[in-house]
Amino acid sequence: MRKSLTLHLGLIALLFALQFIAPAYHHGNLARIMVMASFAMGYNIMFGYTGLLSLGHAMFFAVGMYGMGLSATQLGLSIGPAFGVGILSALICSLIVGLLALRTIGVAFMIVTLMFSQTIFLTILYFGGITRGDEGFVIKQSTRQIFGLDLSDATTRYFAALLLFSLVLLGILWLVKSPTGRVLIAIRENEERAKMLGYDVWRHKLAAVVMSGTVSGAAGAAYGVLFGYVGASFSQVPYSIFPLLWVLLGGAGTVIGPFVGTLFMFYLIDLSSTVTDAYMLVVGVILVLLTMFARNGLMGIVRERWAKWLP
Amino acid sequence: MAAVNLLSTRGLSRNFGGMKAVQNVDLDLQQGKIRALIGPNGAGKTTLVSMLCGRIPASSGTVTFLGQDVTDMPAHKRISMGMAYTFQITSIFDDLTVFENVALAVQHRLGRAAKQLKPEVLATLERVGLETRSDQVAGDLAYGHQRLLEIAMGLGQEPKLLILDEPTQGLSDGEIDEFIALIREVSANTTVLLIEHNISVVMALADAITVLNFGEIIAEGTPEEIHANPAVQAAYLGG
Ligand SMILES: Nc1ncnc2c1ncn2[C@@H]1O[C@H](COP(=O)(O)OP(=O)(O)O)[C@@H](O)[C@H]1O
Ligand SMILES: [Mg+2]
Repeated sequence: MRKSLTLHLGLIALLFALQFIAPAYHHGNLARIMVMASFAMGYNIMFGYTGLLSLGHAMFFAVGMYGMGLSATQLGLSIGPAFGVGILSALICSLIVGLLALRTIGVAFMIVTLMFSQTIFLTILYFGGITRGDEGFVIKQSTRQIFGLDLSDATTRYFAALLLFSLVLLGILWLVKSPTGRVLIAIRENEERAKMLGYDVWRHKLAAVVMSGTVSGAAGAAYGVLFGYVGASFSQVPYSIFPLLWVLLGGAGTVIGPFVGTLFMFYLIDLSSTVTDAYMLVVGVILVLLTMFARNGLMGIVRERWAKWLP
Repeated sequence: MAAVNLLSTRGLSRNFGGMKAVQNVDLDLQQGKIRALIGPNGAGKTTLVSMLCGRIPASSGTVTFLGQDVTDMPAHKRISMGMAYTFQITSIFDDLTVFENVALAVQHRLGRAAKQLKPEVLATLERVGLETRSDQVAGDLAYGHQRLLEIAMGLGQEPKLLILDEPTQGLSDGEIDEFIALIREVSANTTVLLIEHNISVVMALADAITVLNFGEIIAEGTPEEIHANPAVQAAYLGG
């Protein structure tokens, strides 16, 4: 416990320090990576810890984002309450999706989540009058103010992203060390046995979906707030696949893995695109190598080789 | 003092397609006793106890536990009422440590009293002799030790009714002797239903024996009565 707390608090401290020393370009990237890593950490609650593979997490990200964006622009809420509406929307959405999708398992579950997500995308397009459809809409700088702070300012934005990231990271660390987290892992490992130890498997899975969807929605809402744009592309299939890739790459079922995966992938694309036009090919090859030689992701390797205690 | 039935079934049956795996079983388990359930392979023993603990639904009939009709109750609720089932085919959490496996069994009973968890888990492991292996990954254990872990998970639940499905399969002679002593100790405050092929274990432990053949109870009685019963001899020898 001591070691893992040191590691996770150390990461937060490192990111805090980077705010002062990182060059402007990387500084901006890191703010984005921290928000996207929060999305991936939300995804990891379901996929990494409970063993539920969703192909529709873009919907939670988008529902959080649009819940925030529309209540700010249409209802004129200030950004704090609007952010709250975003999170609440994602919570309700994940509760409904959980109640319906958990009637299925395995491949059917994947397809049902994919279809729900597609429904959210089509709904956004259908109400184009309000959502501005494909184009999306901008959240004005004058709206992105809280407690006298300008959230569009690079430094403030960085700290806001770090705050979200830290809360999610420590929250998930606490969860996986808690009795509930232990049961989620048990369900992932051997569902039948978990049931025969007296655990209500269905209720725990529903809780996992709601926690996962709500955290992902919070990330979506934060993205809209911090980068000032709300768009339908965030509800499309790639944004359901990204968190899966980030988590796989960094290490499913590790607290720190989603961040590592998001960071790694971001700079992989970034660096290879400066070297070659065929950067997606480079990314593809590296991903294939990783899945062949590092099935448990980067932090999975670290756990196997050096740190059995890694949560 | 009249015997109190902890668990009773009436007309309990289960079909798989056209095959009648368990037929019309009336079973009464007296509180505090050790009941052995024996019968040839495929007699329906696992199917019967699976209906008791809710792993599989009954085709017809009823199950009463602690005076309550639990026939339609989901497994996790029955377990929470005080049943535990240890699997014939070892079912543990392979990738978790021995400690975590038993912690999952103990934690459910303790609820919020998290402080108690560690000492209780270690005490449970000690009862089966696995205390030195608590940090080992369960899947790496030898088969016999995995069986002991399975039993430890049952003990960790501190159930009112402990159902053991062929627990001694794969244990060494020494381990079997320890198992017999352990179950004697457990039975002081737990009712035990023991499915067992090893007749010497049955004779050493059972207060009463139920014999199942082709899904039906063909005999029930004390170990001596069952030993002398011609129908039982026929089922085992002539079957
Ligand atoms: N899930 C199942 N589907 C079909 N047949 C089954 C199933 N489970 C058990 N059986 C059959 O029911 C009969 C009783 O099996 P079982 O209860 O496992 O016997 P025992 O535990 O006494 O060896 C066997 O003929 C077995 O093949
Ligand atoms: Mg059997």
